[in-house]
Amino acid sequence: MQQRLLNVLTRRSLVAHEGASELSEENAVVAQNVGKIYGTGAAAFTALGDISIAIRKGEFFTLLGPSGCGKTTLLRCIAGFETPTSGAILLGGRDITGVPPNQRPVNTVFQSYALFPHLTVAENVGFGLKMQGKSKAEIDAAVERVLALVKLEPFATRLPAQLSGGQQQRVALARALAPEPEVLLLDEPLSALDLKLRKAMQVELKRLQTETGITFIFVTHDQEEALTMSDRIGVMSAGALLQVGSPHEIYEKPVNRFVADFIGETNFIEGEASAAGVEIAPGVVLPVTGHGGPVTLAVRPEQVRIEEPGAGLEAEVKEAVYMGTDTHYTLALAGGPQVVARVQSSAGPEPRVGDKVGVTIDAQSVQVLSE
Amino acid sequence: MNGPGRSKAANGWLLSAPALLLLLIAASGPLLIVAVYSFLEKGDYSGVRWILSGEAWFRVLFERDIFDGTVSLADANLSIFWRSVKLSLATTLITFALGLPTAWFIATRPPKARAVWLFLITIPFWTNLLIRTFAIMEVIRNQGLLNTFLINMGVISEPIQILYTDTAVLIGMAYVYLPLMVLPLFAAIDRFDFKLIEAGYDLYATRWRILRSVVLPIIKPGIVAGCILVFVPSLGAYVTPRVLGGGKNMMIGNFIELQFGQGQNWPLGAALSMVLLIIVMGALLVYTRVSDRDDPHA
Repeated sequence: MQQRLLNVLTRRSLVAHEGASELSEENAVVAQNVGKIYGTGAAAFTALGDISIAIRKGEFFTLLGPSGCGKTTLLRCIAGFETPTSGAILLGGRDITGVPPNQRPVNTVFQSYALFPHLTVAENVGFGLKMQGKSKAEIDAAVERVLALVKLEPFATRLPAQLSGGQQQRVALARALAPEPEVLLLDEPLSALDLKLRKAMQVELKRLQTETGITFIFVTHDQEEALTMSDRIGVMSAGALLQVGSPHEIYEKPVNRFVADFIGETNFIEGEASAAGVEIAPGVVLPVTGHGGPVTLAVRPEQVRIEEPGAGLEAEVKEAVYMGTDTHYTLALAGGPQVVARVQSSAGPEPRVGDKVGVTIDAQSVQVLSE
Repeated sequence: MNGPGRSKAANGWLLSAPALLLLLIAASGPLLIVAVYSFLEKGDYSGVRWILSGEAWFRVLFERDIFDGTVSLADANLSIFWRSVKLSLATTLITFALGLPTAWFIATRPPKARAVWLFLITIPFWTNLLIRTFAIMEVIRNQGLLNTFLINMGVISEPIQILYTDTAVLIGMAYVYLPLMVLPLFAAIDRFDFKLIEAGYDLYATRWRILRSVVLPIIKPGIVAGCILVFVPSLGAYVTPRVLGGGKNMMIGNFIELQFGQGQNWPLGAALSMVLLIIVMGALLVYTRVSDRDDPHA
């Protein structure tokens, strides 16, 4: 992906005179080789190392990664709160690397909401428009419209402290949406909400994004959140962008062990690849095409199926954990590694701990990973 | 059996009795004496004669010609009131202008450095006010540090007369009361959520607008506290105007002292004290009114 992007960038500079630039037409935000290093010398810390990414107009894009992976730093570079040490940030084809935040048509929903405590909900929402010098009539109309969008009209005259966490969250959203930015940046906005509210807000956010058509760049460490909401996901680790793709691609075809491990649950099986397949235990060969030599296979728990004894690989049930809709079985393959299988509860026989069972793995779904 | 409730209330009164008694004797009592004295006739040399009289209150604002008995406004008194209010307001403004960046600087330091800076701010409190005021005098007098330095640098050829002017009083009061402004401002800024500055900056506000529309309204309680803590003692300041202002640049505090000392007019001194009290209360009342009106949700 990075390589492809670089090719696109190079081509763009070559064909710039033709006018119709692919980048400025289709992409809301482009990061070109963005690097961010804090400190100097021995104390230097690389927060971002050479990130290149193109985020399309009207897309719900998620930057996903564990804390400290640089996703928030990248977001802050786009917002303008941080200046990249190297590289450039383009907004709608225009280089905005050195432009201060108050001159970027980009708004942020902060993790802590950062609502102005001395202003009412309506004043908070109208703040951006007021600073832009809009007339009172314009501001009032926009505030009313946006408050209706987030269903907060009855709370217009309240102070933030008089609202619940979920309502404050919606005010923060409304405040960032009111000036109709080209891009909305969301920095882990749902992390302070409880599970039920978070689920509701996920749906709400997706709806808002569809209704407004604004490009959303969403930062989260919650892979489930990323999978349910995003059009595309960029997985980050240690200041690097590992993979960019649709939730489907990221989940089904992780490029490396980190992505496979971070997104959902995965069984990793070490093996030796040969012409016949990958040997995961003496005499146990999975019909997967590998490159030869030691490889790691990634198998999703739902792709491991439990059969009658005798069918497929021989295994023993070591542990059975009932999770409500699913039951997780830890299975020890004969002479080989342990794998976890996720089986829908009350679908067929329910093996007990100690039972001998057969295990089949759909070869099509197995990913052969590079480290 | 409503005994326990009653005895609890009685206990409450009993427990707070020492504090109430102290308050009555040490604060309300003297104030009452001052109020009563202001309505009595002055004694022959000092003290009061127990005859009800409005003369002292009359003398606060007016004077009677010794020869023909015509009544006119007491310009001397009025100019002293005006100078006191003017110098106190100026002191409050100067300490605010200096104190805000100082408090901001301290509040944005790492915790360890912050403790050191706060310590440095409070060090002057360890020394007697009079000594500190003489130190200021040493700096600004004609042969003092400032003038010597400026002359040696060739900036001026003659020393600037700062001592015994209103400027000297202002410098002294600003120096003395600056910590009283910095500390409440620091406390307010310390609680301030700096994310709000980013939020404002993100929402198209300039730095100046962020200061005006976000920072100042939110730290307003600290500003009000600092202004009151500086304005009130400035208005009643005695030592600083006495030492740095010389004999002629009196403030209310010196004027009151004059009535109880050389002037031998205790009722007038008492009435002037009451006037000072009224000015302070009036100022506070105006401030609460104004700040209530600013805040639509109060």
